[in-house]
Amino acid sequence: MRLTLRVWRQRDAGAPGAMTTYEVDGISADMSFLEMLDTLNERLILDGEDPVAFDHDCREGICGACSLVINGDAHGPERTTTCQLHMRSFADGDTIDIEPWRAAAFPVVKDLVVDRSSFDRIIQSGGYISVPTGSAPEAHATPVPKADADHAFENAECIGCGACVAACPNGSAMLFTAAKVNHLNVLPQGAPERESRVLDMVATMDAEGFGGCTLAGECATACPKGIPLPSIAAMNKEWLRATRKGRRS
Amino acid sequence: MSTGTETGLPPYAGYATGEAIADAAAPEGPIAERWDKRRFEAKLVNPANRRKHTVIVVGTGLAGGAAGATLAEQGYRVVQFCYQDSPRRAHSIAAQGGINAAKNYRNDGDSIHRLFYDTVKGGDFRARESNVHRLAQVSVEIIDQCVAQGVPFAREYGGLLDTRSFGGVQVSRTFYARGQTGQQLLLGAYQALSRQIAAGNVEMHPRTEMLDLVVVDGRARGIVARDLVTGKIGTYTADAVVLATGGYGNVFYLSTNAMNSNATAVWRAHRRGAYFANPCFTQIHPTCIPRTGDHQSKLTLMSESLRNDGRIWVPRAQGDDRPAAEIPEEERDYYLERVYPSFGNLVPRDIASRAAKNVCDEGRGVGPGGQGVYLDFADAIRRMGRTKVEEKYGNLFDMYERITAENPYEVPMRIYPAVHYTMGGLWVDYDLQTTVPGLFAIGEANFSDHGANRLGASALMQGLADGYFVLPSTINDYLARNPGAGAVAEDHLAVREAVGRTEDRLARLLAVDGDRTPDSFHREVGELMWEFCGMARTEDGLREALDRIPRIREEFWQRIKVPGTGEEFNQSLEKANRIVDYLELAELMCLDALHRAESCGGHFREESQTPDGEAARRDEEFGYAAAWEFTGTGAAPVLHKEDLVFEYVHPTQRSYA
Repeated sequence: MRLTLRVWRQRDAGAPGAMTTYEVDGISADMSFLEMLDTLNERLILDGEDPVAFDHDCREGICGACSLVINGDAHGPERTTTCQLHMRSFADGDTIDIEPWRAAAFPVVKDLVVDRSSFDRIIQSGGYISVPTGSAPEAHATPVPKADADHAFENAECIGCGACVAACPNGSAMLFTAAKVNHLNVLPQGAPERESRVLDMVATMDAEGFGGCTLAGECATACPKGIPLPSIAAMNKEWLRATRKGRRS
Repeated sequence: MSTGTETGLPPYAGYATGEAIADAAAPEGPIAERWDKRRFEAKLVNPANRRKHTVIVVGTGLAGGAAGATLAEQGYRVVQFCYQDSPRRAHSIAAQGGINAAKNYRNDGDSIHRLFYDTVKGGDFRARESNVHRLAQVSVEIIDQCVAQGVPFAREYGGLLDTRSFGGVQVSRTFYARGQTGQQLLLGAYQALSRQIAAGNVEMHPRTEMLDLVVVDGRARGIVARDLVTGKIGTYTADAVVLATGGYGNVFYLSTNAMNSNATAVWRAHRRGAYFANPCFTQIHPTCIPRTGDHQSKLTLMSESLRNDGRIWVPRAQGDDRPAAEIPEEERDYYLERVYPSFGNLVPRDIASRAAKNVCDEGRGVGPGGQGVYLDFADAIRRMGRTKVEEKYGNLFDMYERITAENPYEVPMRIYPAVHYTMGGLWVDYDLQTTVPGLFAIGEANFSDHGANRLGASALMQGLADGYFVLPSTINDYLARNPGAGAVAEDHLAVREAVGRTEDRLARLLAVDGDRTPDSFHREVGELMWEFCGMARTEDGLREALDRIPRIREEFWQRIKVPGTGEEFNQSLEKANRIVDYLELAELMCLDALHRAESCGGHFREESQTPDGEAARRDEEFGYAAAWEFTGTGAAPVLHKEDLVFEYVHPTQRSYA
């Protein structure tokens, strides 16, 4: 198939950016979206032009590196990561707009690449259980009800791609933060730090410049891993509880 | 020194044989006591002095993430690097199936000794007994540690951990988190590392790639690394350097590795003196999604846990192109169940892969190009019900459908083998130290535990064993014996030379301004390796590859085109620079495969097989690990043999029938 691409080009963080138009031909329906961009880049290199920079790594939907806004949707029209989006979702002759994640807390590095280190800092502020290597009790010492384990897993599936932020009209990171808070707070192992975890992670999230949550729900719609919207409500409940109870650690 | 002819090969002038190498750090005595003994004998660094020691850790996968967090917890100053934008993205994250541990929760006869035995046997008797036994011992602690970190392993209704069985074993010892075990274990390590970053104990450098090793007075003292955003070349010095940079499967271009996984760190270390062991031991994973065309950029693995419940088959007749549903039961060949009745679909990976290649070579393959076999869940769905199948494999089925646009609940999956893991790697002793003092290699980057073939769910086990438990113990001994080595000055000659080499090389890549893209070269060498150094290898094929690789290398340096400059975010430059190393490593892999004129594990030489087509090991001649010493690009390397001694598991020809 033949496509018209309008791609955001931006030399570096300080430079102004603009949409640039490219035509690509000979695109197969079995190609992934990133393989389509590979095809464009191979040609740009041979033409002596700067290839389009984009983040990608595992190309199997789990590392969370890829991050494109396609025709206005984070990761494009299907509920998946960009690397798992295939060209069969598009038609011959389509015009496709490709932009980076847009959020105050994710500054552009180059073209379609953004800086998501703010997510790392949210995790650093409490998204862990303090258990130095070697200090763990026998794994079966604490049974965890299957329902709780499954609930923790559902939240732990987050791949940290940032689609939730990109999709949110406020650029909020509530779904990302909630996923980690809920994963750890529902488990008995996470209980000792339950209050400090949610208070500190939410404080960091706010300090990093993410917007507030107005429950627009776009985040959960865009999430390639299906982290559910009620996770945010659950985190709000945890936060309220912690605010009343005060921190224990 | 002698030429390599004593191995029974026709005269081959491509390498010389040097002095044998021995594992000097390995303790003696009863195998079950060796790890305790080593830990007791190792010198310790006084906790108050640990802050004075800096350890560089390169890579943030299971091994690197676990090591960085643990060393920091112990009080060392850690400086850590990853090329990804975040330490949470290393390719360990893509491991699906599970992690082995000898917990014996099932009361099904498992034990540390059995895990040890299975791993040595599965590795086709090319691994070190001492290392493997330690791995089995430590496996038990890994599960405890991960559960305490909040890793949401699958559980049963009583709240206890669930397990499943995996290829090559007859007990149920694999712990899992749906089909995302690697992700959950990695996030556990990442969170532990994040805690240490927040505490100021780890200085983390994301989007920074190691490009050379700094060796001062014969010891590893630092690295040269490039900031991938600004292009700035930086030097970082330390008391010891730990490489946790993964395997080199991407030399094949198409593999299940992440696109940016690369061999540069280990290859640069090899060039600086670290021996490279068993480079030809690569694992071809049997259950990957077949390729669809020339645009293919990578291959996707489907966890081999699928082989627990899926049945593998092809039509009995050649060229039978009827849809699977129309082929009656009696016209199907469940070839693994037929040839290996006791292990059936659960035979080790190398055997399953080669069997798939054989039936496709016979013209019985299915799907486009006849490069595929069926993995059928119809029986499992009938037996367990669709809900149960969905619960166990739902995300894998979804992934398959997303990529192929076929629904595996209704039509059988099509699978084909793909490069997945490299058992070879930097040679390390029992302490995981390379032949360069102060340089350690952990996880897939080293060669030590899997021999010639790795069993399923053992990579996660080894990565975490090395990172959480083994390295943090053994590195103490090195640091304690080399106290107060003093800081290495930025303008030290060795540092300046390493920076100079790196800058020269990048400048040369940018200066060629030829007419071929980096990917075109990567694809070319990858296809060559898949053809001649893939699932089945022959002397003629390997000689041809050895003839062609230097010519590709020459052409590379004349025709490569890298746009842009070195002082900016430049992904083409990153790629081209990695390919330079693949073009040298590929040659060593082929040479190693040529010299090892036996079949063992993932290394199948067509000249060495039993009358019924199974791999034939030649223990008398090849019962050693081959550690190669670098002497120059295109120059003959030197082979150092480490004899493998089997005191506990007597080598037998593997049998899974």
